[in-house]
Amino acid sequence: MLRLPNERARPSFGRPPPTQETPPADGVFRPALVNGVTLGSIYGLIAIGYTMVYGIVGMINFAHGDVFMIGAFLSLIVFLALTSIGITFVPLALLLVLFVAMALTALYGWTVERVAYRPLRGSFRLAPLISAIGMSIFLQNYAQVTQGARFKPLPPVVTGGHKFGAVDGFGVNISNVQIIIVLLTVALMVAFTLIVSRTNLGRAQRACEQDRKMAALLGVDVDRTISLTFVMGAALASVAGLMYLLYYGVVDFYIGFVAGVKAFTAAVLGGIGSLPGAMIGGLLIGLIETFWSAYFSVEYKDVAAFSILIIVLIFLPSGLLGRPEVEKV
Amino acid sequence: MTALLSLEGVTAYYGSIAALKGVDVEVSEGEIVTLIGANGAGKSTLMMTIFGSPQARDGRIVYDGRDITRTPMHEIARLKIAQSPEGRRIFPRMSVLENLKMGAAVTQFAHYDEDLERMFAIFPRLKERAAQRGGTLSGGEQQMLAIARALMSRPRLLMLDEPSLGLAPLVAKQIFSVVKELNEKDGLTVFLVEQNAYHALKLAHRGYVMVNGKITMSGGGRELLEKPEVRAAYLEGGR
Ligand SMILES: Nc1ncnc2c1ncn2[C@@H]1O[C@H](COP(=O)(O)OP(=O)(O)OP(=O)(O)O)[C@@H](O)[C@H]1O
Ligand SMILES: [Mg+2]
Repeated sequence: MLRLPNERARPSFGRPPPTQETPPADGVFRPALVNGVTLGSIYGLIAIGYTMVYGIVGMINFAHGDVFMIGAFLSLIVFLALTSIGITFVPLALLLVLFVAMALTALYGWTVERVAYRPLRGSFRLAPLISAIGMSIFLQNYAQVTQGARFKPLPPVVTGGHKFGAVDGFGVNISNVQIIIVLLTVALMVAFTLIVSRTNLGRAQRACEQDRKMAALLGVDVDRTISLTFVMGAALASVAGLMYLLYYGVVDFYIGFVAGVKAFTAAVLGGIGSLPGAMIGGLLIGLIETFWSAYFSVEYKDVAAFSILIIVLIFLPSGLLGRPEVEKV
Repeated sequence: MTALLSLEGVTAYYGSIAALKGVDVEVSEGEIVTLIGANGAGKSTLMMTIFGSPQARDGRIVYDGRDITRTPMHEIARLKIAQSPEGRRIFPRMSVLENLKMGAAVTQFAHYDEDLERMFAIFPRLKERAAQRGGTLSGGEQQMLAIARALMSRPRLLMLDEPSLGLAPLVAKQIFSVVKELNEKDGLTVFLVEQNAYHALKLAHRGYVMVNGKITMSGGGRELLEKPEVRAAYLEGGR
């Protein structure tokens, strides 16, 4: 793999990235809101991968966060490659990066399932889980060995922003990166919901989730459906990786672990197995983190996020949109 | 008559426990064949073994001249064998319509609209409930849906595991007459497992009796119905 140059500053989830400095006139609330929605979009896209795989295979794919990290790296590599061959028109470059990174990351997702999970299907319940943790460590090390341990920078690609609302008082500054992230997330969510609810593939996925054996009896190739689920999850994670890269301007081998834990939390908070739940959970975690950082302290933002998770799970054990089991069997 | 489906010396195991101990069964094109037997005899196991789960350990399963003993389950479904399995297995969080679509998927939806009309004509109840979630249907409605879902795949061989289970006598009768009609009009081959031995044997051309993982008797439907052993074990008092 192409070796990327290094960067010194260490960014942090939840803190506005260095490139996104907002004028003080906005106060604290509005930037926190915008930043929280942006961050929440990224978490939500990753959370979908957790929730879908859990729904169909019944396992937590702990390597999913690292697939997101691979997606971010691949996005960076494709960006630099495009720049070096002279494609600098930003919308075109973004589009190319998006599709190439999605395709390549999807290949990683597919391979992970094929190599680490499929051979263990039908084995004891914890086997794929252990394998997933191994895969996560492997992917981190793989990125570290091929790219080094330091942060890799991307020069700001999308710059500028817009002021929305009244000029004096209640306006809010939203950067172009934030606009792209939120719009892209909404578009992907709509597309994804349509795939799952309307297409034959989506129906087959839901069938596998509800009764795998019956799905096979009706001619559904369960292995292929599971593979495609991993492919879809990885493609969404790669988009999240690209967004992260654009937003924070740097990547390293460890971002997948942090983002993975948060996105997994988001999936559980929203109700694991539920697609809208994953998105809502992602947004909530993003908002809690940014608001806690803005009003209290950045250091304890994770404590806040996880405390909310615990409180929600005490009162709604299956998460916000998780389904209570009421069906007749 | 050539056999559409034949099992030769099939054994199947759950772990180390034998559930099928060398079963020979033949179903010819255009026939209705029924399999009766006490609880735990291995009838449902036989139905599932034809689809490869549990897989036959010994013996051979041949369908339409092709050995399907080791064929993966989803590929067997594509050979135009459909099963309404034990327990109905309706997708609980899908609507009635979506459940039917799942049945039609193997045909690439080639005759979907036409077949849907036909199912709604046979089971008007399903039409009324088209948008309802499968899991909230009554037991009888689920049974109708399971049969309709199997028929949506336009099978040559229809396998039904206890289709009359939990149905009101009138509805059970209706299901049997649907089976008979499909067999007579469309030449559909049917392999039927039933507790309701009287109705099943009356309907079927031929029948098999299974005891403890083995076929102990076979013959014409009416012929079995007359046998004192069958009457004693499966009919008297059972009806
Ligand atoms: N998944 C399983 N694991 C272990 N044993 C099983 C399993 N399924 C069935 N059996 C056993 O295999 C035997 C045959 O079961 P099967 O379900 O085929 O009977 P059946 O003839 O369909 O009975 P019924 O009329 O009650 O439906 C039974 O003794 C049952 O306990
Ligand atoms: Mg049974």
